[in-house]
Amino acid sequence: MNKIFIIIKREFLTRVKKRSFIIMTVLGPILMAAMFIGPAWLSQVEDNELKTIAVIDSSKIFVGSLPETDLIKFKYINNQKISDIENNFATNKYYALLFIPPSVLSSPNVVLTSNKQPSLAVRMHISNSLKRDIESLKLLKSNIDPQVLKSIETNVNVNITKVNDDGTREKKSADLQMILGIVGGMLIYFFIFMYGAQVMRGVIEEKSSRIIEIIISTVKPFQLMMGKIVGIAFVGLTQFLLWVILTMTIVTAVKSAFFSDINSYENIQSQSIMSKTEVADNTKKEDISYNDVNAVFDSIKSIDFPVVIGSFLFFFLMGYLLYAAMFAAIGSAVDSEADTQQFMMPVTIPLILSIVLIGNVTSNPEGPIAFWFSIIPFTSPVVMMMRIPFGVPWGEVILSVVLLISFFIFMTWLAGKIYRTGILMYGKKINYKELYKWLKYKNY
Amino acid sequence: MNIFESKDIVKQYSNFIALDKVSVSIKEGSVFGILGPNGAGKTSFIRIMNQITAPDEGKLYYKGQSLLASHISEFGYLPEERGLYKKMKVGEQVLYLAMLRGLKRAEALKKLKYWFEKFEIQAWWGKKAEELSKGMQQKIQFIISVLHEPKFLIFDEPFSGFDPINVNILKQEILKMKDNGATIILSTHNMASVEELCDDIVLINKAKTVLSGSVNEIRKQYKDNTFTVTFSGFVNLIEASLRHQYQILSHDEKESLHIIKFKLLDNSVTTNMLLTGLLPIGNIVSFNEILPTMNDIFIKVVEGAFNNVVPNDTRN
Repeated sequence: MNKIFIIIKREFLTRVKKRSFIIMTVLGPILMAAMFIGPAWLSQVEDNELKTIAVIDSSKIFVGSLPETDLIKFKYINNQKISDIENNFATNKYYALLFIPPSVLSSPNVVLTSNKQPSLAVRMHISNSLKRDIESLKLLKSNIDPQVLKSIETNVNVNITKVNDDGTREKKSADLQMILGIVGGMLIYFFIFMYGAQVMRGVIEEKSSRIIEIIISTVKPFQLMMGKIVGIAFVGLTQFLLWVILTMTIVTAVKSAFFSDINSYENIQSQSIMSKTEVADNTKKEDISYNDVNAVFDSIKSIDFPVVIGSFLFFFLMGYLLYAAMFAAIGSAVDSEADTQQFMMPVTIPLILSIVLIGNVTSNPEGPIAFWFSIIPFTSPVVMMMRIPFGVPWGEVILSVVLLISFFIFMTWLAGKIYRTGILMYGKKINYKELYKWLKYKNY
Repeated sequence: MNIFESKDIVKQYSNFIALDKVSVSIKEGSVFGILGPNGAGKTSFIRIMNQITAPDEGKLYYKGQSLLASHISEFGYLPEERGLYKKMKVGEQVLYLAMLRGLKRAEALKKLKYWFEKFEIQAWWGKKAEELSKGMQQKIQFIISVLHEPKFLIFDEPFSGFDPINVNILKQEILKMKDNGATIILSTHNMASVEELCDDIVLINKAKTVLSGSVNEIRKQYKDNTFTVTFSGFVNLIEASLRHQYQILSHDEKESLHIIKFKLLDNSVTTNMLLTGLLPIGNIVSFNEILPTMNDIFIKVVEGAFNNVVPNDTRN
């Protein structure tokens, strides 16, 4: 037991101290955080500049009526030539020139000239403001009251409520569960591949460097194999934990630094837009957004996080252990990484299959495909994880867990038999028939 | 007293027999040689001794007990296929391997310090193994196998890869360990070192024991009554003194000395009778009986076995 601990310690420390591990650990959260924060931050940076846009309105419809934000201002110009402004962007400090032709109502085309590429935000703002105003004008012309139209506009929310067997009701949001299921399943898939391959490479390293015989004259091959698998599992858990902590830290830090601004900016923007519209409209909007927020909170509350996190850790570990044993057996049977292809195929196919099934499982988490593949041990770690956030009957979870554990024990035993013979075989092309023979060799 | 015994060890792989009823008895405090041509089964036997693999049949005893996993801590092993973790620092990996042998960290460090000073290789401690030459790595591997002061040492081709100076250092270390009471198993193709170091040997060929016993006994057993005599005098007298019981194998003349190598054909003639017969030929400078070298015996036994195996050869 003590010797296994020494092996685990070495496998763990040598990998954690590697430069590639440290780089991956630091870079991973930065990339992930960048994915969350990046777009918001970028738009923030772009929008910091105050843009004054000169407006020449030949239609005379929009003078003074285009909504402004604290970053986009309009200056209405009557007595200057277009070319005067266009040729002097550098000196007149206008961001762009908006020309509204007289015929804008019949053919809604306007011209935005600038000495640079106008930002998407500016284009959207102009297009939306003009669209709204033109639409209201057209409605008036057709004798339709804009108020009536507003009151007709409807947004349908499908609120999902699950009735449990004991009669209790829960509000569920399938979107959130789907995201959780996909992220959880993908993470497990990714970790199994990444760390399973590390186990295989570790075995090949010991075999090809010929240190293996020195080690197994002091410990049993099975102890060495398990020490390596468990040590690398700890590396995976450490990396995962560090990623979670670092990502959270970065997101929180950046959020508190930037997002307060963004929120206030959004508030001002929505207020300035709202001030343009009627008061009655205002209350309705608030209502809807309040409902949305509530729905999200309800669905977050409906997810049993201890169960989801607990199952993630369990299926991640068991899935890894099951595959790591097979990867170790493959590593022991070959002389170099180049020879692994023929044995890798059957091991990777079930893993890839479980990822291919993502759409099917998350769209119908209680369907027969989702059920069977979450029970079969080779695909169950990934597929069951996709199902868990939707809520899976306990009976099915227990069946899947028991099968996975017993299969893990069986595969590890089988892999151990191949491993202890394989690590001492050099220079021989190994095929499946040969592997089968190894199972029968007598060993300690 | 025998420290290690094997009785009728059989090891079979799917398409061939690696060991066929191999029995050895190894005396405590001796140097025991395991000899045999390539592929004879030596490494299979050594792996069974080290409990790396298990025999299909047969019994193993260490110090009179059945061989147990706990005995491993008294074993030291230098395998033929040996290496180090290439990317790991030398100091870290010797410490790791020492701890796997059951040494405590502090104890291991103390012993490592002794050996690194002895071989004057302290500067290697922080280097990666891949930065060392092959000979340097061999020294590290040797240290690993003896660090925990094992009572029972198994060296599989220990001299391969060493230069003559280091071979000598190694031999001295082996003899020193023997003087300190350790038993040493030596598997090697270097027959000169077998004669020099080994007390007893076993010769394995085609999975079977073909020869075993003490080196001296075996050499006597294989002697073929060949002698050399160096003298100054009359060569033609030798025929008169030995009559027709001999066959001259070679005759050299150096600085008026005759060196004659001959084979005695009559087994009943004792050394004393032979000397008496030779006295009249002149002034005898030296007289030696020639014992066959282990090299000769090895070739003779292995090739003899080869000839025996193919009696129905259709080459004629």
